[in-house]
Amino acid sequence: MNVLAIDASNQVMGVAILKNNEVIGEYVTNIAKNHSVRLMPAIEQLMKEVSLTPDGLDKIVVAKGPGSYTGVRIGLSTAKTMAWALDIPVVGVSSLEVLAHQGRLFEGYICPFFDARRGLVYSGVYQYKNENLELVYEEKNIAMDAVLDLLAKGNKKVLFLSPDLSLHKEKIMDVLGNLAIIPEGPYHIAKPSLLGMAGLNRDADDTHGLTPNYLRLAEAEAKWLKAQKENN
Amino acid sequence: MSNDTIVLGIETSCDETAVAIVKNGKEIISNVVASQIESHKRFGGVVPEIASRHHVEQMTVVLEEALEQSRLSWDDIDAIAVTEGPGLVGALLVGVNTAKALAFAKQKPLVGVHHIAGHIYANRLEQEFKFPLLALIVSGGHTELVLMREHGSYEVIGETRDDAAGEAYDKVARMLKLPYPGGPHIDRLAQNGEESIDFPRAWLEDGSYDFSFSGLKSAVINKIHNAKQRGETLKDEDIAASFQASVIDVLTGKTLLAAEEYQVKQVIVAGGVAANKGLRKALVDKFAKTNIPLYVPPLKLCTDNAAMIAAAGTINYQQGKRSGSDLNANPSLVLQ
Ligand SMILES: [Zn+2]
Repeated sequence: MNVLAIDASNQVMGVAILKNNEVIGEYVTNIAKNHSVRLMPAIEQLMKEVSLTPDGLDKIVVAKGPGSYTGVRIGLSTAKTMAWALDIPVVGVSSLEVLAHQGRLFEGYICPFFDARRGLVYSGVYQYKNENLELVYEEKNIAMDAVLDLLAKGNKKVLFLSPDLSLHKEKIMDVLGNLAIIPEGPYHIAKPSLLGMAGLNRDADDTHGLTPNYLRLAEAEAKWLKAQKENN
Repeated sequence: MSNDTIVLGIETSCDETAVAIVKNGKEIISNVVASQIESHKRFGGVVPEIASRHHVEQMTVVLEEALEQSRLSWDDIDAIAVTEGPGLVGALLVGVNTAKALAFAKQKPLVGVHHIAGHIYANRLEQEFKFPLLALIVSGGHTELVLMREHGSYEVIGETRDDAAGEAYDKVARMLKLPYPGGPHIDRLAQNGEESIDFPRAWLEDGSYDFSFSGLKSAVINKIHNAKQRGETLKDEDIAASFQASVIDVLTGKTLLAAEEYQVKQVIVAGGVAANKGLRKALVDKFAKTNIPLYVPPLKLCTDNAAMIAAAGTINYQQGKRSGSDLNANPSLVLQ
């Protein structure tokens, strides 16, 4: 069973190939360079390296956001189309969950987040229970302050995982003090192999129905809804 | 192996998610368009982010429908063509990445297509080209005169310096409080109005085939304002008829001049505004007096679709042009 994992949802772009539950190839970059140009060549190159042709694929796992709207769509367009064309299952996994998997050995709360500007983040809180990663607080587009307040009440150690850590580190330390655990660099870079593992045994999504996990309405739509409310 | 060239085209440059399959660049085998117009109406125009969101939701559904309708298998398809630009970047990206994934998964050649080349080649689905050929492209985003001396060669001899004709239509429509998209409403009102207001015609310098519609747009806005201040009432029908007459005069006038100067064997009209009844009639009337054949595509091929992209892509493919897996969306792609 050959699984292709694709993550173009944030600045970190990753592709991994798993063969019978083993990671046989992984490609990761963390640079602000166009995913649209680089994703397909990366997939092609990695497939070539591991001597796999497209029709040898059995499943595709894709990071469905949150993250960059455009990046998420690049990943999903690629994954959904490949799955449809090859007639194989596709599974969408939350980009926050992918990061959370990097806290595999941590016993407290795991808080992955992506910065969403103006004090907001995309975040959820996870925890490993009986070998399984479980969602403790649902993923939201939320003020970082609100996330930290919630975590402070839990009075548990919290592992923070985020490529945007530097933007919020000070505040995290202010609010949580030594409850906050912040590991060094590589832990904050989403690994596509963990994405592949996460989707490995998960039921397939409906290929047509799989949609991005934006966690936020388009601005025009949010404004329109607000205006509707005010008019009523 | 047959000698036919069969190309699958993908178009997502604005608010239509479209896939089509075309044989030899001339014959539509299937042509599916999922329009988002209903979803953008409430915003009074296309919202790029919402267009992109719809594309990603619709893409594989439209692909599947186009393939099913064609009753072809992947073995029959020679290449994948996709609009690489110009257009809304986020919208284009969905189509481009879909096309690349498809080309890789099915190991087919990939060809990028210029959206305007697509609009021009929509005509070849009805009528074989004769060169030199002059194309007038009028749409929400474009007003251009393109000279073609052979297949796949495009020389832009005139283009708008400010607004596209379609934009001017939309802005005037908004002034008249007509629903979005305004173009067809102005066309309809104009049929019942009189050209009683003398709006300016922007001919620009002598010999120029460029266009300009921002002055006309301002003139219409001023006229409506001034009338309001003086307590006069202008009939919307008359405003529409007079505005449209100015647009059409310049479009048809410049097209005829260019057709004569370049001694073209064929004039074709392309783009969404080519669906405009007033424009179609004026062009037909004008060229009836000459011996230059004029072709206006059927309405369904005027608006954005993927059959036109497959048709233009067929020429690229036959001429040996190929795009790599690093193909990107280019919102300001130049036609050449
Ligand atoms: Zn168009």
